[in-house]
Amino acid sequence: MRVSGTKDFQKMIKFVLMVNQQGQTRLSRYYEPVDLSKRAVLEAEAVRCCLSRNKDQCSFVEYKDFKLVYRQYAALFIVVGVTDSENELSIYELIHNFVEVLDKYFSRVVSSLPIMFNLDSVHIILDEMIQNGHIVETNKSRILAPLTAIDKMADG
Amino acid sequence: MSDVVEKTLTALPSLLSLDSQPGSAKLSSSSKLGLLIRGITELTSKHEEEKLIQRELSSIKEQVSSPNATMRQMKELMVRTIYCEMLGYEASFSYIHAIKLAQQGNVLEKRVGYLAVSLFLNENHELLLLLVNTVLKDLQSTNLIEVCMALTVVGQMFPKDMIPAVLPLVEEKLNHPKEIIRRKAVLALYKFYLIAPNQVQHIHNKFRKALCDKDPGVMSASLHIYTQLIQDNPEGYKDLTASFVTILKQVVGGKLPMDFNYHSVPAPWVQMQLLRILSLLGKNDQSTSEIMYEVLDESLRRAEMNHNITYAILYECVKCIYTIHPKSDLLEKAAKCIGNFVLSRKINLKYLGLKALTYVVQQDPKLALQHQMTIIECLDHPDFIIKRETLELLFRITNAQNVTVIVEKMLDFLRTSEDDYTTIDLIGKVAELAEKYAPDNEWFIETMNTVFSIGGDMMQPDIPNSFLKLLSEGFDSVEEDSKLRLFAVNSYVSLVQGEPSKLPQRFLQVICWVLGEYSHLREDLEPDVVLRLLAKLLDMKSCSSETKSWVLMAMTKLCSGGAAACAAQEVSETYSSSLDTVLRQRAHELQFLSQNSELQARVFPRSDDPEPVEVDSSLSFLDGFVSEALAAGAAPYKPPHQRQEELSRSKALNMEPYGLSLPISMSSSSIAERQSPTLLSISSGLSGDSTDLSHKGGSTALKLDGVKRVWGREGYLTQKEPAEAAQVEVPSPLQSPSQQGDGDRSQTQTSTPAATPECDQEKQQLASSLFVGLSSQSSVCLMGKSEPTFQRFRKKTKGPSTSSITSLETANQLVSPPPVDKLLCNSLLDSSIASELGVSSPEQTTQLSEGFTDNATCDAQVELAGSDMKGSDPAVNGDDDCDVAAFSEDPDPHKDLCLPSHLPAEFSGLVHSEITPVVTNQSLDLSVCHVHKEDCLVLVVFITNSTDSAIQQLLVQIVSEELEVTCMYDSPEEEVRSHVVAVRQYCIKVKRPLVHFELVGMVSYQLPAEMPQTVQFSYKLPLTSFIRPLTVSTEEYGTMWLAFSHDTKQNLTMMSDEQQPLVATLNALKKKLLLHVVEIIGEEGIVACSVLQDQPCLMHCRVHAGMLAVWLRSSVPDLPDCLLYHCQRTLQEH
Repeated sequence: MRVSGTKDFQKMIKFVLMVNQQGQTRLSRYYEPVDLSKRAVLEAEAVRCCLSRNKDQCSFVEYKDFKLVYRQYAALFIVVGVTDSENELSIYELIHNFVEVLDKYFSRVVSSLPIMFNLDSVHIILDEMIQNGHIVETNKSRILAPLTAIDKMADG
Repeated sequence: MSDVVEKTLTALPSLLSLDSQPGSAKLSSSSKLGLLIRGITELTSKHEEEKLIQRELSSIKEQVSSPNATMRQMKELMVRTIYCEMLGYEASFSYIHAIKLAQQGNVLEKRVGYLAVSLFLNENHELLLLLVNTVLKDLQSTNLIEVCMALTVVGQMFPKDMIPAVLPLVEEKLNHPKEIIRRKAVLALYKFYLIAPNQVQHIHNKFRKALCDKDPGVMSASLHIYTQLIQDNPEGYKDLTASFVTILKQVVGGKLPMDFNYHSVPAPWVQMQLLRILSLLGKNDQSTSEIMYEVLDESLRRAEMNHNITYAILYECVKCIYTIHPKSDLLEKAAKCIGNFVLSRKINLKYLGLKALTYVVQQDPKLALQHQMTIIECLDHPDFIIKRETLELLFRITNAQNVTVIVEKMLDFLRTSEDDYTTIDLIGKVAELAEKYAPDNEWFIETMNTVFSIGGDMMQPDIPNSFLKLLSEGFDSVEEDSKLRLFAVNSYVSLVQGEPSKLPQRFLQVICWVLGEYSHLREDLEPDVVLRLLAKLLDMKSCSSETKSWVLMAMTKLCSGGAAACAAQEVSETYSSSLDTVLRQRAHELQFLSQNSELQARVFPRSDDPEPVEVDSSLSFLDGFVSEALAAGAAPYKPPHQRQEELSRSKALNMEPYGLSLPISMSSSSIAERQSPTLLSISSGLSGDSTDLSHKGGSTALKLDGVKRVWGREGYLTQKEPAEAAQVEVPSPLQSPSQQGDGDRSQTQTSTPAATPECDQEKQQLASSLFVGLSSQSSVCLMGKSEPTFQRFRKKTKGPSTSSITSLETANQLVSPPPVDKLLCNSLLDSSIASELGVSSPEQTTQLSEGFTDNATCDAQVELAGSDMKGSDPAVNGDDDCDVAAFSEDPDPHKDLCLPSHLPAEFSGLVHSEITPVVTNQSLDLSVCHVHKEDCLVLVVFITNSTDSAIQQLLVQIVSEELEVTCMYDSPEEEVRSHVVAVRQYCIKVKRPLVHFELVGMVSYQLPAEMPQTVQFSYKLPLTSFIRPLTVSTEEYGTMWLAFSHDTKQNLTMMSDEQQPLVATLNALKKKLLLHVVEIIGEEGIVACSVLQDQPCLMHCRVHAGMLAVWLRSSVPDLPDCLLYHCQRTLQEH
């Protein structure tokens, strides 16, 4: 059997990727140590898995011994690697929550600049939401609170 | 979809797209990161990318090391470095600068510095130590943002050893007036708990405070800690159940501030976390479960909005309801919920429904019946993932009746699957099901053929290993075994005759082994034909050298006799000069054995009931080597599970494609275990059919019949009936009318418009065959709960026959043999197998007395037999042996029965073993028994002069390396008159513990007017004969325990006594091994014994996860291991 005992409850997020349609990584955050050399292969394979699927297919893909949950926004894919025991649908909605937070922040603060040019801010937002592979905050205003405070201080 | 979402979604493309926005080009040109990203996006080859990034990195390197770089520039450079490293280009030069930035930068720069550190470094990186001071400083800062950042980074990564330095500061923050600081502090402590649980043990009550915090954010942060704590120890937190229930009630009831809502659902992720906690707490606990029924009901009721997030909550809720102690109306609602999921047209929901069903079906297989038509449709679903999940579900509901259909479906899937990981996983499942539920030989072999062909060389090596083990060990019936083997042989011969080059190497190896072992079962098949077939394999280009060595091994088994030997010669000549040393070795063996058919027959005795190989499972013979190695500084042995654990701890995310359980190399284990190069271990030696003869009954045949009837063409229909009946019957209590309506609708919806009635009928038929055996009345065979009666290929629990015989022997020694045994023995002597008593040894006699007809006689015994036996055929052919004839013609029960009367009177009150004849020739009958005395073991040797003249100069010498043997009386009469029994006694003590001791005896004597003669005999004593109970108090036990240095640990199977398995197990050990049970407290027990009077051994037993964890300690090296071996044996017998 693939999962057994306590491992069954070990729900966690292994990584978050943002990738464009050409398969180029725009952001990656790992919650388990992965060698730098292995990341490129993993990302390429994960993206291939997701890109090969059409809209009528399920948003969850099996990849090795874990699952990928992905969601597409225009040309951008957000892919989250989770353990088999994780609730895929909740992760699917978490991605959307993340995008809504990005929307809220970037439309207000730096309206027209594509988010990818603000890699650091995206990372800071993600850090507020996910820590050690667990979802730690989903309240939008609270996620943004530290970042907006930093921006204010930097401006002022 | 709600308006909010619509708006967001329309806004998103412009936000997220890079390339399609005219304005972005201008803006991004001002940012160097923008330029870099743009540059990379435009590149077409990997090579160009590499060049660009290397250039970028060297420019960054130059700038960061410049003393003039401002922190603002540093921040910008660091973001670019993050980007480069994200693309896979190492930038280790920048790590130290990231730490510097976190140390010296202003707020935003500092944050980027921390971010870069957390991205660049892993938890064990030594540079992380340099961050500790910065963190300490920031934790004490008056600027809340800095405190917040420091806590964030601590919650992400922190050197374990430095926790004490920051712990007081973090703890202090738990009382901070700002909620965000309290929340981050809780998360930091959670991190500490994950990496060093004992460092935060003292603040568990503070976690409780956090749980009751007035701020919902702090409360939900503490849930992470509690999930972990409860998972580790559910018993310790039962008192919090009511609190969690209250919290969930408040969240569900919308008592949280509005900004916690996601699409108008209150704090969905917190709800899910709480549900997971509740399921951990309520598992197997009725009273705790009762507390949560109400809130679960409410959660189900509230989550009625049509949105993904409510489904996600429902899924957790359903899982919880099926995990905790069941309540029927909740189960009913949960089942309905799953029904809605599975029937949904939203594919993500369907997937989740199948996943829930897979989970739930273990508790309630009937649910699968309810949704059988949907499941069938999912099997043909165009989406690979849905199919895959459906197969997972089917795997859980497989039983003896539906196995063929399910396995067929799995194999169909496998034939189209391209993903290696899926193949490996699924092929393992097919093999598991085939072994467990195979309805007949033909099906089993054919299925395994497909498994080997598809699984090829990537499947887990234990699949072929356990297949071969299954074939060689056999099942309950000898006849069935040979049928199965014969079928395999037939199947493989035709495969090899076909196109063997297409077969994977592993499969070829299996084929070689089977042909080598069992091709003789097919009578019309001459060995040389098989040999030539095998030789063909050697010529294949694709044949690996490992496979070649399997081929040569198989040939070695077949090479005896005329034509075969010739063929073997040719092959061995070709390979005896091979560059591969293993092949060369095999070729030489083949060459040698093909020329010497006598030796070949001895090395590979061809018999269905081969001689068992004695295996010292404790490997005690290596102890000397081990202690030497330890003394020389070698690392102590760690059991595989421990190694695995440590391995998985060190690299958590395993990216290796085949990182599955323990890799057991097929080649190494098989060759070492069964075909060692020294040719000592007998290749087919694992079979132990004789042991089970007594258990053999008509049951096998009955079972088979039952199964076959199900699968006969006509039987198929009869089975269909109950399945359908159940289908009608089951939904009534569980499915509400609307639900049934739903189901009907979906069935019509999902079936294609072109679907003809036949098509539906086909599906119905498939359904009835898939879900047979799942109805409420029929037997349910689920994973892990399989019903033994349906398991055709049930593995033997007993070990090879020798071991069980030895333990039987042990049992016999403790009680003097009842007369019935004697009678049985004698009656057997009279019967046909009397001739086999030629070289009767203790084992054999015991075997006979137990009614076994094992006709295997081992070489070792032959060698130890009387000197006059030397030179006779090693394969013991009793018929032409005059000694044996003499003995069997003259069974003379009187002789045996009168021996006990010669037992010295002083032993009358003591336990003694059966008197066992060890040597018999024309002049002497030698019998031996041993008597258990408190301080030693007395070996009593009875020498009966069976001649008509007196035997002179009788001298008996007994030696053993590990035992101290002293003659108890200075040699009494050296002359033994005709038909008189002489008795000698030897006091035996243990020098060095072993599992079994072997005594070698030498009897020299002279008959009048003849040359002096010698006869050798051997006698085996298990360690258990020397074990005496050791009566100590618990205190004494404690002192001794600490003083002893040699120990061993292992988990043993307990006896399945419902009430008190521990007591029952210890009593069994006490009875069989004469151990002294010192005390039993709850789940623990302590036991003491000693070898004779001077070598104590203590045992500590604890019930752990259904197993008995034993820990043995002694002052004597090797003793714990040897004793453990006997404990294991004893318990296996039950």
